[in-house]
Amino acid sequence: MEYFVQQLINGLTLGSIYGLIAIGYTMVYGIIGMVNFAHGDVFMVSAFIALILFLLLMPLLGLPAIGLALLIVLILGMALTALWSWVVERIAYRPLAGSFRLAPLISAIGMSIFLSNFVQVVQGPRNKPVPPMLNEVISLPIGEGSVTLSMKQILIFVLTAVLLLAFWAVVQKTRLGRAQRACEQDRKMAALLGINVNQTVSMTFVIGGALAAVAGLMFMVYYGVVSFTDGFTPGIKAFTAAVLGGIGSLPGAVLGGLLIGLIETFWSAYFSIDYKDVAAFSILAITLIFMPSGLLGKPDVEKV
Amino acid sequence: MGAGSKGALPPQAVSLRELIKDAGIWALVTLGLSFPIIAFRTEQDFSNRLVLDPRPLLVVGIVLAVFAGRLLWRLARHPQRARFLPFPRLDFSTDGRWLPRAGLAALLIFPFVALTLAGPAGAIKWVDNFGVQILIYIMLAWGLNIVVGLAGLLDLGYVAFYAVGAYTYAILATYVIPATVPVLGPWAFWICLPVAGMLAALWGIILGFPVLRLRGDYLAIVTLAFGEIIRLVLINWVALTNGYAGIQTPRITFFGLPFTTRSTQTTFADVFHLPGSPTVHRSIFLYYVILGLALLVAVVSQRMRRLPVGRAWEALREDEIACRSLGVNTVNTKLTAFAMGALFGGLAGAFFGARQGFINPRSFEFLESATILAIVVLGGMGSLVGVAVAAVAVIGGIELLRELDWLKSIFGSDFDPGQYRMLIFGLAMVLMMVWRPRGLIAARHPSIVLHESKSVASDHVKEGHG
Repeated sequence: MEYFVQQLINGLTLGSIYGLIAIGYTMVYGIIGMVNFAHGDVFMVSAFIALILFLLLMPLLGLPAIGLALLIVLILGMALTALWSWVVERIAYRPLAGSFRLAPLISAIGMSIFLSNFVQVVQGPRNKPVPPMLNEVISLPIGEGSVTLSMKQILIFVLTAVLLLAFWAVVQKTRLGRAQRACEQDRKMAALLGINVNQTVSMTFVIGGALAAVAGLMFMVYYGVVSFTDGFTPGIKAFTAAVLGGIGSLPGAVLGGLLIGLIETFWSAYFSIDYKDVAAFSILAITLIFMPSGLLGKPDVEKV
Repeated sequence: MGAGSKGALPPQAVSLRELIKDAGIWALVTLGLSFPIIAFRTEQDFSNRLVLDPRPLLVVGIVLAVFAGRLLWRLARHPQRARFLPFPRLDFSTDGRWLPRAGLAALLIFPFVALTLAGPAGAIKWVDNFGVQILIYIMLAWGLNIVVGLAGLLDLGYVAFYAVGAYTYAILATYVIPATVPVLGPWAFWICLPVAGMLAALWGIILGFPVLRLRGDYLAIVTLAFGEIIRLVLINWVALTNGYAGIQTPRITFFGLPFTTRSTQTTFADVFHLPGSPTVHRSIFLYYVILGLALLVAVVSQRMRRLPVGRAWEALREDEIACRSLGVNTVNTKLTAFAMGALFGGLAGAFFGARQGFINPRSFEFLESATILAIVVLGGMGSLVGVAVAAVAVIGGIELLRELDWLKSIFGSDFDPGQYRMLIFGLAMVLMMVWRPRGLIAARHPSIVLHESKSVASDHVKEGHG
């Protein structure tokens, strides 16, 4: 029982990270109908940005101010990663509007290869271990045993919840959110009604990048190591999460992220840690084959 | 990127001040991008802690370069002047078929040219590192071309079939054949080759069957997932594949005659008495084997294009819905394309296993699939000559970058040109899609014509949505 609850906590932590990345995939897919293959690598870049900012700030602020340091890293990291995401869209996707069907996907694969190798060149190929932080744990009694909840897990839960609420408010209440939802339904019609579609698409990438930056910071804090290859697998898993939740659906992305995190953790805990990635990839294939619209997605109607 | 890019401003209105402002925005964005990630390099010190190594000069240099580059670019593209830097438009299709023939002749005599020019010792590098390596990729790209170029199915997991072929050869030739019928040992490659091809095709059908009703990018992602699953199984099923430690495979033989000096059997050198070392003989033999296999792919795919199934592939690529309404069985059509592509991937894999003498899962990562796909895309998706030219450019370019050690004398000993190859390669894929999404070859012949053959400019060919 304690073991189960402990795995549940670990799985939800991991799932929060996937969910935040998955939102980037699902928003972009919803609005321009492409799989932003480079999003996983934008996430990896954001983890590096967070790492460097953290290393810069720690000597300045000192150890007691770790909370303040993380807050500054979070805000700066979100801004800088959003810039990356924006530039990627301007360079690699915007000029392809109206090109043939597979062009944006191929361009995105190129961008993904470029970003991971760019980080390898400028930061070196080795793993970067992060100084341990927020490792204090609190024990919660469950039955006759207890489970532990570390500070960083609490931080991840709180941050995810707060950001998702803020993000939800943006999509539901603001002018930008309305424009986004309009573009998602019908881009041509939205343009006719005076919505600046290009700008809305750009803002979608900016928001996706900012949320990926939060995930990047969490990833760095939680795992304590980053490497230039860290974009690919989490990226695919987050995409799986988006597909599982129903691509295009924002609550679906979060739900899918949590589910993927749980499945991966429980698979490692009860079956075999070697095959945990196989489990995630199989879910992707199975979902697409049997339930292409996912858990919360709208069925895809093919128009002639 | 800046406010006035994409020629949004009317041509007369561009003043120098605006150009400078635009270049300034570019420079600012570059500064923002490079601020933490280029400006500080993380290094581990002796106690394994990360320390930051600031590189302000590098950032200043990059920002200034972007500023100057953008300014010059805008000035050079000033509307009054003709468009500067036209992108090359290679057109191989207008007159005759001289290029395929000349290319084939060059490929046939290449090993002997390399032998005479570089001598036996130098020729190995040219024949093996360049010739065989490039031909493997030409074969893989032609195989993938059937799936992507002809049938229009984006397959991101092609390397899985390559892996199936390689491991089929490795397991059969290393464990199964010596244990059951040792007499056939020297013939292992020739026995395993068809088996590997058929097994890969079978896997193509097994994997293809459930996924082929998915649309374009979903199909791409599922094939990617399958490719990764197969690689992960190869890593983790240690009992069968020996995991990362890999399998030592027997080398290829000349129809039973080994290429070696130390052997109790009759060797190739004993029978033919050719000059040069056994290694050179083997390289040249491998070269002709892979050339033969690659040509097989070319001939089969050219012939298939004229069969009903090949025409259905191309029709499917252009418009799936129209195809379905005309009674084409889309599932079977897609499945044959997928299986054909997998078959050739498997054959190439078996050859790879026999050539390397050692295989492990690291040779079958996603990057390989992406490389093969990039070759097909750069080659213009559908054009055999274009794909071959792209393979020479991409793989030859990658191999040449390994040779650029002299650059170290300019940029310092830390400079490793090999690091930049994938960087350039990823960027090339993006730029290709932006500038020439139809590939290097400007025209594509329709396979069927009613009256006279005419080539259609790539700009006018547009795929349907389906």
